[in-house]
Amino acid sequence: MTTVSRPPWMARPSWPVQALKAVVIGAIVLVMLYPLVYVVATSFSADTGTVAGTGLLPEHYSLQAYRSIFAGNVVLRSLLVSIGVTLIGTALSMVVSIGMAWGLSRTRDVPGSRFVLYAVLGTMLFTSGIIPNYLLVKSLGLLDSYWSMVLPVVANAFNIVVLRNFFMEIPRDLIDSAKMDGASEWQVLVRIALPLSKAVLAVIALFYAVGYWNDFFNALIYVNDHAKWPIQLVLNQYVVLGESINQAGPPTTAHLPVESLKMAVVVIATAPILVVYPFLQRYFTKGMLTGAIKG
Amino acid sequence: MSLTTAEPVRETTAAPPEKPKKRSRMRQHPWMYLFILPGVLYFTVFQYLPLLGNLVAFKDYSPFLGFSASPWVGFSNFTGLLTDSEFLTALQNTLLISLLQVVVAFPAPILLALLLNSLLSDRVKRWVQSVVYLPHFFGWVIVISIWQAVFGGVGPMAELLHALGFGQQNVMANPDTFLALVTAQVVWKEIGWGTIVFFAAISAIPVERYEAAAVDGAGGWRRTWHVTLPGISSVIVLLLILRLGTVLNVGFEQLLLQQHAVGADAAQVLDTYGYFRGVVGGEWGLATAAGLVKGIVGTALVIAANSIAKRAGQGGLF
Repeated sequence: MTTVSRPPWMARPSWPVQALKAVVIGAIVLVMLYPLVYVVATSFSADTGTVAGTGLLPEHYSLQAYRSIFAGNVVLRSLLVSIGVTLIGTALSMVVSIGMAWGLSRTRDVPGSRFVLYAVLGTMLFTSGIIPNYLLVKSLGLLDSYWSMVLPVVANAFNIVVLRNFFMEIPRDLIDSAKMDGASEWQVLVRIALPLSKAVLAVIALFYAVGYWNDFFNALIYVNDHAKWPIQLVLNQYVVLGESINQAGPPTTAHLPVESLKMAVVVIATAPILVVYPFLQRYFTKGMLTGAIKG
Repeated sequence: MSLTTAEPVRETTAAPPEKPKKRSRMRQHPWMYLFILPGVLYFTVFQYLPLLGNLVAFKDYSPFLGFSASPWVGFSNFTGLLTDSEFLTALQNTLLISLLQVVVAFPAPILLALLLNSLLSDRVKRWVQSVVYLPHFFGWVIVISIWQAVFGGVGPMAELLHALGFGQQNVMANPDTFLALVTAQVVWKEIGWGTIVFFAAISAIPVERYEAAAVDGAGGWRRTWHVTLPGISSVIVLLLILRLGTVLNVGFEQLLLQQHAVGADAAQVLDTYGYFRGVVGGEWGLATAAGLVKGIVGTALVIAANSIAKRAGQGGLF
């Protein structure tokens, strides 16, 4: 008999309690995962006109849905738009956020930067409303422009604060001695601060990227031109509204998308998130972000 | 717990020996100003400038006349809101949905955190965590698409209900159960993410307290009740107060995406009202007024909630 030395407060509970916990945990995991499995399984099913049984395995495995999606250009084009918006948006977001976070990391030395910091924090307190934002984007001439999906959300006060906290943890001596050696502020940022903050930079970049990829609001409001729609709007059109997209004109209901086709679009729209998720998860479970919240 | 404008200690204690003139201190840091320039531009143009756009609430705005040529109408857009039954529906729905979320979606992550915390195996714990965090990263279009697949008219849930003798059911298009549906979706998407902050609070509880409780003969349930819960109660109270401050915010995307399925009576909230009246319907003044009222009340609530949290000795967020 092996005895595991556990402290008394970690003793194994009685078996009914354990069984109950296992059932509850199992149910939670099932509720979280079953919908995803169902969607994937349906997307690989041949469309037979009937609903897949339990939906855990594809019914009549087939790549037909994906083939027809990639034969047309609606989803492909929207994927390109989403990829472009995500890449360019994330790059811009990082430039703006790093600049802000570093520039505001020494409010005592740099006159005026405390005021800017409070102005940034203030944006967490209010939102200016949908209509004023719409009128602004319109008056800037950005309606129906790809930039309308990037510029209005290019920076986020919370991410800047997280990054700034991280920069402020960098030992002052390190910065001062680099400056003694003749390093400029720019060199200190690029050679010292950024390499020391790789992990948090990666997380924030991924957060921005996921935000751009998932963005529905901005594209819905600012982009009427179907040719410029990102994947989320196409997903809404195909799956949520159940309408097909006629590239030339307004949406038509001529060829209603079938279930497997719909689910394939869902899978395509979700896949990039699933790909980056393990990276995201590795970092935020380390408590990096909660550390920032807890200050 | 504060959203941290806190400076490192050295900055507050060790003031520089002599303080050079402001002008010359500014010249010492040209890079710093260059660094913040793009951000300052962004926050000025896209966060602060739109505040001026709220003046449209006091105008009979017409896109053809433009901002300055549109006539001022005083508060008539605001009184117009009060006589618009759709606005009142939206307000009522917003409050109802919010209330349900505070009652159901707020405690759910606490319960899950307590449950996961009581697991002995770290591997199981981490695995379950990585499953429940996942939906947080799905946008609302993806979430609604998935829910529609499972709960919609042709999905497995409809089939199951049919087999159980409930007839043809489409949970996604039923206005009567829509409140429950919306709440369930929020729980599904955010329950895992919500646990993170409670996990942090739980891990901050000193192990000695559990030791002492165990020595005194307290079992697992009683330790949870007498040690863990009191240990995280201050975080719970703070988050609850702050949550009440955002009671007017219910997911715009979530509600908009489902409005065509269940109808405006069930799914119209303040934000979707503003969108349909303004961007879609062209009643700019009315829509802006609705947004402005929501914005002002929302900001006031957050500030009030924060000062209540401070007064309750929990420390505010700012």
